[in-house]
Parts: sequence; structure tokens; C-alpha cells
Amino acid sequence: MSIDHPGLAPTRRLVLQGIVTVMLIGLGNGPWRQALAAANDPYPEDAFRQKSEADAIRALYGRTAAPSDQVKLDAPEIAENGAVVPIAVSATLADVTSIALLVSGNPNALAASYRIPAGTLPSVANRLKMQQTCNVTAIVEAGGQLYSATKEVKVTVGGCGG
Amino acid sequence: MASSIRVRAIASGDTTEVQALIQHPMDSGFVKDEQGRLIPPHFIQQLHVEHDGKDVFVASWGPAVAKDPYVKFSFKGGSKGDELRVSWIDNQGATDQLAAKIQ
Repeated sequence: MSIDHPGLAPTRRLVLQGIVTVMLIGLGNGPWRQALAAANDPYPEDAFRQKSEADAIRALYGRTAAPSDQVKLDAPEIAENGAVVPIAVSATLADVTSIALLVSGNPNALAASYRIPAGTLPSVANRLKMQQTCNVTAIVEAGGQLYSATKEVKVTVGGCGG
Repeated sequence: MASSIRVRAIASGDTTEVQALIQHPMDSGFVKDEQGRLIPPHFIQQLHVEHDGKDVFVASWGPAVAKDPYVKFSFKGGSKGDELRVSWIDNQGATDQLAAKIQ
């Protein structure tokens, strides 16, 4: 098998290209990929610093949300321990791109913001801290529009301490 | 040291349900210690979950997420044996990551 064999040269090239591609894909899982991901998803520092719910929504999305029964917010009526309040959001909307959770009575209203890439279901469950009895709001961004659902959660023992 | 991340990912049909539990103090910066000094804020800011080289979930968290954060979501396209890569970074620059197999 000689290098300049006319019939084999294209195959060799293909094989080499294949190896290089596989190596690049492998690299894609390393720290380099993490740095890239971080660049694609800047941390919304400003939105997390806002005190009120309205300011946080404005800082995060630049517009206001309309209440919708297509957003389902699952939160307890009474949270005995404000340090751990289980909260879940789901939506029956199409093209959901992000979900945010706000707790109006906390020092900073925005608690969490989730990016929902295509292929990920518009449903997320997590646990938040609540300082006092107040409204919890879920914002769902779908097709460029904002939809919301709000529920009051009574807190027996606050979870923001101090 | 054992990883701070625990992941359970279960594929059923074309949907994979992912549950992640991370050990982290998630200090808000509003709580005082026994001597009455404020404990400085120390919380995870971002959590990434990757499947097949693509993000399937990105969480941005503030200090109002409870200590030892838990999160659950589902995505389409994963299958049994696939690898999920979970990583986080906190406000003090600390990070951790874990690769887990879909069950």
C-alpha cells in the first residue's frame, strides 16, 4: 500500500478527517466547552440585585408579563420552614425558552432563572428560601412573550435569617 | 473528595428525567453567625447540564435558592447509557463537575 496510490488516497484523507473530527468533539467536553457555555449564558447579576418583583422582571426581560392559566405554579399553601420551600413550575405553552421564579417578600425578589433549550420540557422543580408570607411568581417566556402565575405562600418560620 | 453533585437521570420512552442534588451552603449574606457577624454571601450562580455536547438545562441562581440545591427537569433525546455532564460555579469562583450515565 503506497502513499501515492490513486485509489487509496481519498480514503486515507477521509479517515484522517474523521479522526480529527472525533478529537475535536472530544475536546468539546473539556473545560474549554465550559468557558464557551458560560459566555453564552451571562449571569443576570443586575436582575438578581433588584429589590422589587417588577424591577427584577424588567431587568431580566425588559418587559412585563401577563397572567396566564397555561402556567402552572405548584407551591404549598403553608410553608412551615421558609428555608426550604418546594416550588415547581410547568407550562402548556409552546416554544418555552425560559422560566423564572420570584419571591416578592425576599430582600431580592428574583430567586432563580432557568434557560429551557429546545427539546427540554417546560417544567422545573426546585426549593427556595422565603423570608416571610408573600407571593411567589413564576414567569414563563414562550415565543418571545411573557406569561405568569402567582400564588401566596404562608410562611410560619422565615428562611432568610437575621 | 467526593463530588458535591449527585445526579439521577432516568430515560423512559424519549424523555429523560433528571434530578440533581448539590451540596452547597447557599449563604445569602443576610444571616448572622453566633457572634452576630454577617456570614458573607456564598451561593451557586450557574448550573449547566450538558447532553451530547449541548446544554439541555441552564440554571441561574440567586441566594434565595435553598441550601443544598435540588432541581428536577426533563428533556427529550437522551437514552440509557448516554453521558450527562453537570457543572456549577459559585459567586466565589469555586466550581465542580460530574459526569453521570442516564439509567
